[in-house]
Amino acid sequence: MALLTCENVSVGYEGKPVAEAITFAVNPKDYLCIVGENGSGKTTLMRTILGLLPPLSGKMTLEEGVRHHIGYLPQQSPVQRDFPASVREVVLSGCLSRGRGPFFTRAQKALADKNIARLNITKIANHCYRELSGGQQQRVLLARALCAADKMLLLDEPAAGLDPQITQEMYDLIGDLNQSGLTIIMITHDVGAAIRNASHILHVSRTPLYFGESEGYAQSPLGSAFLKEANP
Amino acid sequence: MNTGGIWETLGFYLSYPFVQYALIVGVLVALSASLLGVVLVLRRLSYIGDGLAHVAFGAMAIATVLNFSNNMLLVLPITILFSILLLHGGRRVKIQGDAAIAMMSVGALAIGYILFNLFPPKGGNVSGDVCTTLFGSTSILTLSQEEVWLSIGLGFVVVVLFVLFYNRVFALTFDGEFAAATGMRTGLYNAAVAVVIATVISLAMNLVGSLLISALLVFPALSAMRVYKSFRSVVICAAVFGVTAALVGIVASILAGTPVGATIVAADIAGFLLFSLLGALKGKK
Repeated sequence: MALLTCENVSVGYEGKPVAEAITFAVNPKDYLCIVGENGSGKTTLMRTILGLLPPLSGKMTLEEGVRHHIGYLPQQSPVQRDFPASVREVVLSGCLSRGRGPFFTRAQKALADKNIARLNITKIANHCYRELSGGQQQRVLLARALCAADKMLLLDEPAAGLDPQITQEMYDLIGDLNQSGLTIIMITHDVGAAIRNASHILHVSRTPLYFGESEGYAQSPLGSAFLKEANP
Repeated sequence: MNTGGIWETLGFYLSYPFVQYALIVGVLVALSASLLGVVLVLRRLSYIGDGLAHVAFGAMAIATVLNFSNNMLLVLPITILFSILLLHGGRRVKIQGDAAIAMMSVGALAIGYILFNLFPPKGGNVSGDVCTTLFGSTSILTLSQEEVWLSIGLGFVVVVLFVLFYNRVFALTFDGEFAAATGMRTGLYNAAVAVVIATVISLAMNLVGSLLISALLVFPALSAMRVYKSFRSVVICAAVFGVTAALVGIVASILAGTPVGATIVAADIAGFLLFSLLGALKGKK
């Protein structure tokens, strides 16, 4: 059964739709990239999937029990850029959904340490978050997301503002996570990378223009035009 | 003046219960204000403290006019109501957040002042009462035992809540969106934060008066952030800073005969300058 299905869903704010008539399905271990112009409703769709916004119409179903096993890597907010917090504090905050008590248990701390090691940031675990490079900050936020995710990971422009080499490392890392069994839904404007890495593409532009396998997208007139536009 | 003289004067004043009350309430209010101040400063909401303090002033005027036996009974619910409106419903209102606060802030101040003038409290003088409410000039030394117990109780509750929900407070402050996406009921916690902030502000009116409350909220957090770089150390440092500044301010005001609230704020400013210097030195190393 699909982890997530959307049937004719409209998303938006305060009754005003940003993107309409979206239909797609995500199966376990899929790697879905959502592409489209700025303002086409990609982030709004992701926020609706996360339950931060109600869908305006249509039917969105998450498989039973998945809700509390979703990790999220949001775009960074200005508040976070100068927040006094250590790397470990940030990653630990991802473990909150794993317990109900007021303090972190040994298991939650172990989970945080495991993900810190997994993303190769053990050396900077006690450093201050705001003093890290953009790429390191993304790794920290990804480690936090992994603490919450053991089924599905949603990423909103994880490579925004990173230089090409770090961007490639980021994509490799996400690919590895997908290989290890996590379902990935990622927003990106890098269509080339989306086609190379993802198993499925959803192109949103007020209405979805394409949903299907990545290879078919590159060959479709829409995909090849968008690809040309993005990588002239 | 020799040092022996200062200690003697201090000992003389400390033997009075009203001075002891002032110290106890001062420390508790400063402690809870500095804890919450960290959250407000980091969430870019420092100005909310100022706005709410003015609302509390307006409420105090109404309570005085209506001759409430304990003004807190009216000030607390009104301030809590506005706090929830501002922090919770802020996104839905058509007027922008900062403009709404500016409007509410001066509005409450003006209405409060008009009320004080139209219905002067029995046996009081208008300018004296207004000055006391705005600058807390002497009110901390005239606390009734009832008010002291109320302050102690509420201060204690704030600190216990903060410790119990520390991890959730961090998650909410650092990234509310992520916290909500991973199943935290952020609406509930935001409302709780709003209630606690309003409570602390209503209490702090006694200590520094409504014009100076922001100082208790922002100075400890900003000073701690100059020097420390993890959330835990910033919170602990802000708490210690706030309490120390309150103690130093109260004692200095007793010895020098200066207004209590303003002297506490002066101690806060001195501490901030010191921490800025420390931070600059630390950064150079």
